[in-house]
Amino acid sequence: MGELTRDQLVGFYRTMRTIRRFEQRVVELVNRNDIPGAAHEYVGEEAVATGVCHALRPDDVITSTHRGHGHILAKSGDPRRMMAELMGKSSGYNRGRGGSMHIADLRLGIFGANGIVGAGAPIACGAAMAAKLKGRDGVAAAFFGDGATNQGVLLEALNLAAIWKLPVVFVCENNGYAISASIREMSPLHHLADRASAFGMPGDTVDGMDVLAVNETASRAVARARAGDGPSFVECLTYRFVGHFTAEKALGIKYRSDEEIEEWRQRDPLVTYPAWLRERGICDPARVDAEVEAVLEEAVAFARQSPLPAAEEALDGMYATTYPGLPARGW
Amino acid sequence: MREIRYLEAMREGLFEEMRRDPSVIVLGEDVRHSVRGLTKGIVGEFGPARIYDTPISEAAFTGLATGAALAGMRPVVEYQINALLFVAFDQLVDQAQKLRYMMGGQGTIPVTYVITASGARRALAGQHSDHLYPLLLHMGMKTVMPTTPEDAKGLFKAAIREDDPVMVLSPAALLATKGPVPDGDYVTPLGRARVAREGTDLTIVAVGPLVPEALVAAETLAAEGISAEVIDPRSLLPLDAETLLESARKTGHVVLFDDSNRTCGFAAELAALFADRAWEALRAPVRRITRADVPVPFSTPLESYVLPSRERLLDACRACRAAVQA
Repeated sequence: MGELTRDQLVGFYRTMRTIRRFEQRVVELVNRNDIPGAAHEYVGEEAVATGVCHALRPDDVITSTHRGHGHILAKSGDPRRMMAELMGKSSGYNRGRGGSMHIADLRLGIFGANGIVGAGAPIACGAAMAAKLKGRDGVAAAFFGDGATNQGVLLEALNLAAIWKLPVVFVCENNGYAISASIREMSPLHHLADRASAFGMPGDTVDGMDVLAVNETASRAVARARAGDGPSFVECLTYRFVGHFTAEKALGIKYRSDEEIEEWRQRDPLVTYPAWLRERGICDPARVDAEVEAVLEEAVAFARQSPLPAAEEALDGMYATTYPGLPARGW
Repeated sequence: MREIRYLEAMREGLFEEMRRDPSVIVLGEDVRHSVRGLTKGIVGEFGPARIYDTPISEAAFTGLATGAALAGMRPVVEYQINALLFVAFDQLVDQAQKLRYMMGGQGTIPVTYVITASGARRALAGQHSDHLYPLLLHMGMKTVMPTTPEDAKGLFKAAIREDDPVMVLSPAALLATKGPVPDGDYVTPLGRARVAREGTDLTIVAVGPLVPEALVAAETLAAEGISAEVIDPRSLLPLDAETLLESARKTGHVVLFDDSNRTCGFAAELAALFADRAWEALRAPVRRITRADVPVPFSTPLESYVLPSRERLLDACRACRAAVQA
């Protein structure tokens, strides 16, 4: 870990803290109906997005999932425009067309969160291919969950990346559950990273609660991709401390034991990592916490103050080139 | 003007666009050896970095084209048959077609999908004969179906230059047909219908492989004293509604000759268009000749019974004209 600078180590914490507090604010806002619909919280998994995205350059690309807020924040997404999007405001990243599951910022290389499990993986492959064809050394990281490892398009994408040696890092966030379905019942593999060998690419399993471990493994995979040696598969063992989505409590379902949840909470990266920083005298996490609070306070205020879109804007922006009668209207 | 075959015109169009724009790349199954002939000789001229034989992974290579397009490439994706779109459907309509809108208008997705032997090729049965453009139109995907060599080249080139996803359907039945094709660079713009034959008594809107059939039928009708106008929409979305409506207002009689299934098919949409916007001019109910709502069967008599036929078109045209007398 010697090569990481103090600024980088503090940066990891700032990103993780921002994600955690962003998600907690989101829950409050959902409960108050300031955010319509529901959101999939990333609480517990912060070390994964942080460790991976800090291994990427600004011009690298990511594709994200339905549980995407953490990836977007870690890839330098603007919390103000994210919060505005969640509230359905014009100033949101997607001008209110996407909401929680679809935030994108192409200029930051964020090729979209995605509502369909596994669907971002081939899109990441395409971005990687474009970088390669343009003679750039860009890399694409595709985030997906354990559930996606049983989705055909993901397996097809692994193969495409392998045969064409595309600069892709496949990041499997194994939080143990696809909604209520345990991966232990849905896959015969002990390590999902074992999928990688079937596609002739390296696969690693790493402690997804340890941001330094994730960053180290991801950095290796990114370097390999950037050097032209092809894709890698990184499985990060992690856990969501909360339900599948904000509405889960109302469903009254229980598929995880209190003991299991408590065991994982003992390894909360937002407890262990700041303790480590403090012990080493690297920084005072409380100062970072205060900075993060100010940023999020401003983000919520910005989102609240932003106007809702005019209803007829719903017909804009479907096509880059429009024609008379497009898009058709229902009246 | 020189005469060349439909498929050769398309190939010319593709090669011209690849010379013109280095961001055009080609992906698909068997494209290097060119099973369909569209890409014959492409590796020789453009080298292996612009042409990719894909594994049998329609969903993934469709998605890959989306990502490459968002990152500045202009992919052309070939599928050999319509049914492969079912396999790739999420990536096609739920990703490629929706993403720009869902991202609030960020970015462009200039992908051209081409099905080089679209529709029924005879005796290939239910999974190799579909013509499912209504599903694409339903999802808002720009879709063109050229029916002449000139339009095949011109619309294909226009599709490649378009900054949105566009599906190009080249009817299998027309690939070997010959026709005049201008020299040099030209495009046929999306959103303009072609009046394939002028007439005064009846409008036939014919789609894709049915256009030549409609023109033969129009000859028969002419001998019976009925002057039929044949319109080839060629661009299904965007649709040149005005040209269709203008013809209907002139003739007062409309028969739709469509190669898609009946229920929620393209003809159903056109019938609604005429009812909405040409009602006052119609002198008889709009009639539809379509496919039957069953999978296309294998055996010749069964297949011919299910697909739209010239005989049924003629009967519908005669009945449509007769209706005014009653």
